[in-house]
Amino acid sequence: MANDGIGDRVLRKEDKRFITGRGRYTDDINMSGVQHAVFVRSPHAHARIKSIDVAEAKSAPGVAGVLTGAELTEDKVGNLICGWMIHSKDGSAMKMGAHPALAKEIVRYVGQPIAVVVAATRYQARDAAERVVVEYEELPAVIDPAKAMDAGAPQIHPEAPKNLIYTWPIGDEKATNAAFAKAAKTVKLDIVNNRVIPNAIEPRAALAAYDPAEEHFTLYLTSQNPHVHRVVLSAFVGLAPETKLRVIAPDVGGGFGSKIFIYPEETVVCWAAKRVGRPIKWTAERSESFLADAHGRDHVTHAEIAFDNNNKILGLKAHTIANIGAYMSTFSSSVPTYLYGLLLSGQYDIPAIYGEVDAVYTNTTPVDAVRGAGRPEAAFLVERLMETAARQLGEDPAELRRKNFIRKFPHQTPVILNYDIGGYEASLDAGLKAANYAGFKVRKAEAAKRGKLRGIGISCYIEACGLAPSAAVGSLGAGVGLWESAEVRVNFVGTIEVLTGAHAHGQGHETSFAQVVNDRLGVGLDKIQIVHGDTDKVQMGMGTYGSRTSVGMSAVVKALDKVEAKAKKIAAHLLEAAESDIVLENGELKVAGTDKKKTFTDIAMAAYTAHNLPAGMEPGLKEGAFYDPTNFTFPAGVHIAEVEVDPKTGEVDIVQFVAADDFGTLINPMIVEGQVHGGIVHGIGQAMLETATYDLQSGQLLTGSFMDYAMPRADDVPSFKIEHTTTPAPSNPLGVKGCGEAGAIGSPPAIINAITDAIGTNELSMPATPQKVWMAL
Amino acid sequence: MTAVSMTVNGNAALADVEDRTLLVHYLRENLGLTGTHIGCDTSQCGACVVLVDGVAVKSCTMLAGQADGASVTTIEGLATNGQLHPMQQAFHENHGLQCGFCTPGMIMTALDMVRRLGKRLDEATVRHELEGNICRCTGYHNIVKAIQAGAAKM
Repeated sequence: MANDGIGDRVLRKEDKRFITGRGRYTDDINMSGVQHAVFVRSPHAHARIKSIDVAEAKSAPGVAGVLTGAELTEDKVGNLICGWMIHSKDGSAMKMGAHPALAKEIVRYVGQPIAVVVAATRYQARDAAERVVVEYEELPAVIDPAKAMDAGAPQIHPEAPKNLIYTWPIGDEKATNAAFAKAAKTVKLDIVNNRVIPNAIEPRAALAAYDPAEEHFTLYLTSQNPHVHRVVLSAFVGLAPETKLRVIAPDVGGGFGSKIFIYPEETVVCWAAKRVGRPIKWTAERSESFLADAHGRDHVTHAEIAFDNNNKILGLKAHTIANIGAYMSTFSSSVPTYLYGLLLSGQYDIPAIYGEVDAVYTNTTPVDAVRGAGRPEAAFLVERLMETAARQLGEDPAELRRKNFIRKFPHQTPVILNYDIGGYEASLDAGLKAANYAGFKVRKAEAAKRGKLRGIGISCYIEACGLAPSAAVGSLGAGVGLWESAEVRVNFVGTIEVLTGAHAHGQGHETSFAQVVNDRLGVGLDKIQIVHGDTDKVQMGMGTYGSRTSVGMSAVVKALDKVEAKAKKIAAHLLEAAESDIVLENGELKVAGTDKKKTFTDIAMAAYTAHNLPAGMEPGLKEGAFYDPTNFTFPAGVHIAEVEVDPKTGEVDIVQFVAADDFGTLINPMIVEGQVHGGIVHGIGQAMLETATYDLQSGQLLTGSFMDYAMPRADDVPSFKIEHTTTPAPSNPLGVKGCGEAGAIGSPPAIINAITDAIGTNELSMPATPQKVWMAL
Repeated sequence: MTAVSMTVNGNAALADVEDRTLLVHYLRENLGLTGTHIGCDTSQCGACVVLVDGVAVKSCTMLAGQADGASVTTIEGLATNGQLHPMQQAFHENHGLQCGFCTPGMIMTALDMVRRLGKRLDEATVRHELEGNICRCTGYHNIVKAIQAGAAKM
């Protein structure tokens, strides 16, 4: 159909099962004889395990088995890994401590799993778990990342003296110091980027079964990347050879990064299915998710920016302490380094930049990528600095930014990244117009008459995503490449299956990928099926995170190129024309300028009957491709928040929020807008409501459930005004940049800039709760 | 163990369950109706909302035994003869869902909203009435539009 291609607002194919309650999420899936697993977790932030007595638990009703770290060691199960090597300023490798799936000897955070109880029902497993008796010798704990390196702080891992994992440098220290020495004006800011908890609404779950006859595992898992799980669990943890482990990610209810990593729970559940000899299902309870899912952000930063007499930026420097938590989660090392430091230029032409990151261990839940992963931290730093600078220099915040924009592309930043294309001024103008920035003063005066303080805040964000060129990330320490794979299978009657290594957990791939295929082959969306999430069906893939659907779609495009080429050869042969005269349009292959044509279905049947194919051509019409991006993509844009503060209560009402984004080509604008809405609210959550708070003495997570951790609700946020400008990405065939994280990257600085503008003081930390705002007045 | 019986989506249901069995577990595990989801353990998220005798209830916070003799409607009971309920159709047409996990609860809550407040719901009302339903994917913008549109067609 002409309206179901690239750029069309196509309603989603996948909706049907979700709106009728027929989605298949991991906890929905059952197997005959399935047992239920419950984990026994440490109540202490730091302790030595003196003994674990499982005798009473083992004899509880319905119990099939109770396992601890001792059995993991017996079965030679490997430790969990961190897949990205980082080197320190002095050239030494990052100091990684051992991370067993069940604690051995020492527990290092509240919630760390110590034992697993497997029983016939969920309730029996819970009851039995309470009968596991663990004797601990409590040890002093360090919770605050700013104190982790203090003399006398408790030592968390023997491998990391002073709890310091690495000190990572980026940019040119000498050039930056020289720039600051000549500065007419320097602006400084101390920033905390608060720890957040991802909280996808579907809790993590795993269902594993072991077939002893074939020595083969099947693992259903809430994973954003089933193939990565398979690789790590087979090659590194050693549960089974890769060919004997099938990982299936069925419908997954949100990820936001939290379902990328290889966690203790699925490792143990998979291993236990063999050890106990029964299929086993584990589903996290929400308070368990709070303790066990990787947390995000948690940076303490001192930043400075230097200007010349004309308010042009001379240099920027930042020192960050990044909290890694008690263990290095799978991609934890990359988040405060390559996903953060490389964005310190923002949208601005900055001649010299230097950043240094100290990554530290603390006795808290491990920290890893959460929506934006490093890029929100960079955008917050840069945009709060720019706003602060505008106020101190007496320049309009929009004009100070405009004056410093990068205008010529490609632009080599001082922090590795080369921005291939961008149009920052177009986005700024679109945003200012949509927000009626010019009319703000009038609205502010009117609000004052009602007793309200009105403020406006801008955030010009940029991110690097479409992760990532494999050679580039490999040279930076990544243990994996970040390409993607696709196979386009045309069937006998012209229906099409597209196998992709990408995975959807809300992004609508079954529709958007089908649009890309339909745009080329024109057979109709209902004839195109997207297959993803099963390592038995799709050979290999790297999964979905880091706004990398552009990578997955580009792999499909490369495969489509091959399908089109072969289809044209067949058509030319059947129509007795030259290949160069064949055009593919609306599902038909025609000889240009004539009405001699064949439908795509005709061609498929010809390929599979093979009665009359060009000499030497193989039958069939099925092509695969791997796509390795040639560069990151650089979505960028402007968020403008307008707020009203009630000075009596500190309550902040967001009266308008505009996003003007440049995501390059939009495959399905409806889906893109949905991603932006969700990302903005996720960012508003961090800026105004959410923070993971630990008791600094005991290391207990005080915000341990939805009662204490304030998730954004519908009445915390407004509707949004979304605008788009477009500079297509030159680095992939579709020109797509990606959009899944942008909202969470751009919104926190816009919000904090707006609130501080309203209340007239710049000292305000996230989350800007009513109490904090009121106290800052 | 107690025998608990009720009508679910118009069908008689009967099962022997432990007294402490939650209604949501009864629906999901005893009856295999997995469209009602569990997203939290403190009654906040709303993924478990069903209608019990026509009124929205968080099924994670009700014992199966408390629903003995009641008439329960879950998300699976909304479409009739393959025809989607207008609220379901509205969620589809307005892109009111992404991962789909909160969606059954959102739809059931929306039906209760209409029952109590009528078919013409303004944005502020819808947002306020969604206080008991959390979504992490959509940012609520399209859920609000979907509920307003679905209500108007009921």
